[in-house]
Amino acid sequence: MSIEAHNIRKRFGLFTALDGVDLNVPAGKLVALLGPSGSGKTTLLRIIAGLEFPDPGSGRVLFHGDDVTDLPAGRRKVGFVFQHYALFRHMSVFENVAFGLRVRGRRERPSDAAISERVHRLLELVQLDGLAGRYPSQLSGGQRQRVALARALAVEPKVLLLDEPFGALDARVRKDLRRWLRRFHDEIHLTTIFVTHDQEEALEIADEVVIMNQARVEQVGTPQQVYDRPANPFVYQFLGNVNVMRAPALAGAARRPGVAAEGAEGQIYVRPHDIELTPHASGGSGAAAIVRHIHAAGPHARLIVEQVETREQVEVEISRSELAALGVRVSDLVRLRLRQAHSFEEDYAI
Amino acid sequence: MAPSDLFALASAPPTVPHRRRARAVQPRATRDPAVARWLLTAIALLFLTFFLVLPLAVVFVEAFSHGIGRYLSSIAEPDALSAIRLTLLTVAIVVPANVVFGLAAAWAITKFKFAGKSLLITLIDLPFAVSPVIAGLIYVLVFGAQGWFGPWLIAHNLRVIFAVPGIVLATTFVTFPFVARELIPLMQSQGTDEEYSAVTLGASGWQTFWRVTLPNIRWGLLYGVILCNARALGEFGAVSVVSGHIRGETNTMPLHVEILYNDYNITGAFAVASLLALLALVTLGVKSVLEWRQAGSA
Repeated sequence: MSIEAHNIRKRFGLFTALDGVDLNVPAGKLVALLGPSGSGKTTLLRIIAGLEFPDPGSGRVLFHGDDVTDLPAGRRKVGFVFQHYALFRHMSVFENVAFGLRVRGRRERPSDAAISERVHRLLELVQLDGLAGRYPSQLSGGQRQRVALARALAVEPKVLLLDEPFGALDARVRKDLRRWLRRFHDEIHLTTIFVTHDQEEALEIADEVVIMNQARVEQVGTPQQVYDRPANPFVYQFLGNVNVMRAPALAGAARRPGVAAEGAEGQIYVRPHDIELTPHASGGSGAAAIVRHIHAAGPHARLIVEQVETREQVEVEISRSELAALGVRVSDLVRLRLRQAHSFEEDYAI
Repeated sequence: MAPSDLFALASAPPTVPHRRRARAVQPRATRDPAVARWLLTAIALLFLTFFLVLPLAVVFVEAFSHGIGRYLSSIAEPDALSAIRLTLLTVAIVVPANVVFGLAAAWAITKFKFAGKSLLITLIDLPFAVSPVIAGLIYVLVFGAQGWFGPWLIAHNLRVIFAVPGIVLATTFVTFPFVARELIPLMQSQGTDEEYSAVTLGASGWQTFWRVTLPNIRWGLLYGVILCNARALGEFGAVSVVSGHIRGETNTMPLHVEILYNDYNITGAFAVASLLALLALVTLGVKSVLEWRQAGSA
């Protein structure tokens, strides 16, 4: 089921959480709401769920074209997974998952046997079938998360909303679980929105990324679109490491097709891995720079180099083998060349 | 120094003097001399004995000083029985009323945002801050014969002061904060996510309360009820002002103890007092069982 939000405004006292936000999530997609904390992404999610309501007279929320703006959360058929899972601590895993079925009116409530069957099927789906009798306090973070997911799915929601689904987990479990979520989504094809402040997470698993900042949507697109063609400096900087350089300084370094031209004013944005280093002695093109620091732990080597002409420091990321081939040490001279750079001067083409 | 020397030095086992190592094992705070430990324990025990255990023992010793027959007859005396009945009646009204109020207040304060919230929290604490005698006087001034509503009440033949309603009102006022005070921090620490979860799963407000909120706060609530109950049983000051001390009618147990004592009926006074003490001990017992269970389930 598709989700649309039009012109949503929400203020908490003097703080504007959402300032005329539009959102369009096609049916069956996995969409990430990505932004720094305080950007309004969780508020937007809660408004879609019906846990908060937009300011009077501002916008509408539509599910599959039907206006649900005034419908309370319980009647929107949404599955919501809270950041800290909010499992019912006094109930077993089984009872947590069964809750949404047990609170139904007498007429719609399935029989105990049907509830039990459904709960066990869901626990199997999230790979927790052996733990039905445990209590939330006896589970690990990742297990709790999957219980929360099973509980949300028990009511057969039309959309699934996840608030920082991996925020409370440690790094390893996080990675496993987000791949699992992607596969899971591919199996059940439920329209899903998840909130995250982690760009890596969003870019890795989402079909579409909605980048928010200061109560507004900055850009919407596939991970590749937003990464390769960021709409503005905020998006560019938020989606990964970036060097901000004065354009004229690199004019000499950038005499390559498709790269910022000579004499360009203002600032240009370059990702560390889009910079090429050559030995200074080779005498090719490129701005001269001094290596100030080499950090070679991990799959890539990160170097801090200082341009001779402008004294600007630039972060460069190259592979370990490239570093070995280059054979530079701290204080050596190198040449800088940009493979790709962005400028956000009015319609300036890169 | 050559690099190899550096490595040799780094890998050598650290030489820690024996005395220092022994110190590290036992933290400083527990290394006080034995004399100090014994002295402190002895002082604490002596204090407890003189101020808590001894008086409690005296109550029971005096109550039984003329034999169990005299004890039983002191309690079975009509005025004493009436006092017991009145006290139990008061508790039976006050405790449920304050449970409902405490739940409502704690729910409102912890689950909603509204203007005047901090004022409400302060007001809940008011009965703790005000002397019970003042609390009693307030009701006399409002409902007494010379009070604001006095003439109207007399005209309609209603009695509040020097009657059961006054006693109930004064006791309610004094025991107001116990349940709410117990629940507010507990519910604040639990947050509202579980309730929101229940709502998104389709539960009504009522279902959310019974199935999610109440089970989560049940031990805290019970604890609050026990404290409220204990205080309602024993309240003297506020009740003394509004009751009028009419024997067999408006005397609660604490007031009856005082009257008996003033009449030099020492055995009677201590017999009734022993009942109150017994109720207090039972309350304490239930409370520690609860705490033990709470610790077990946490």
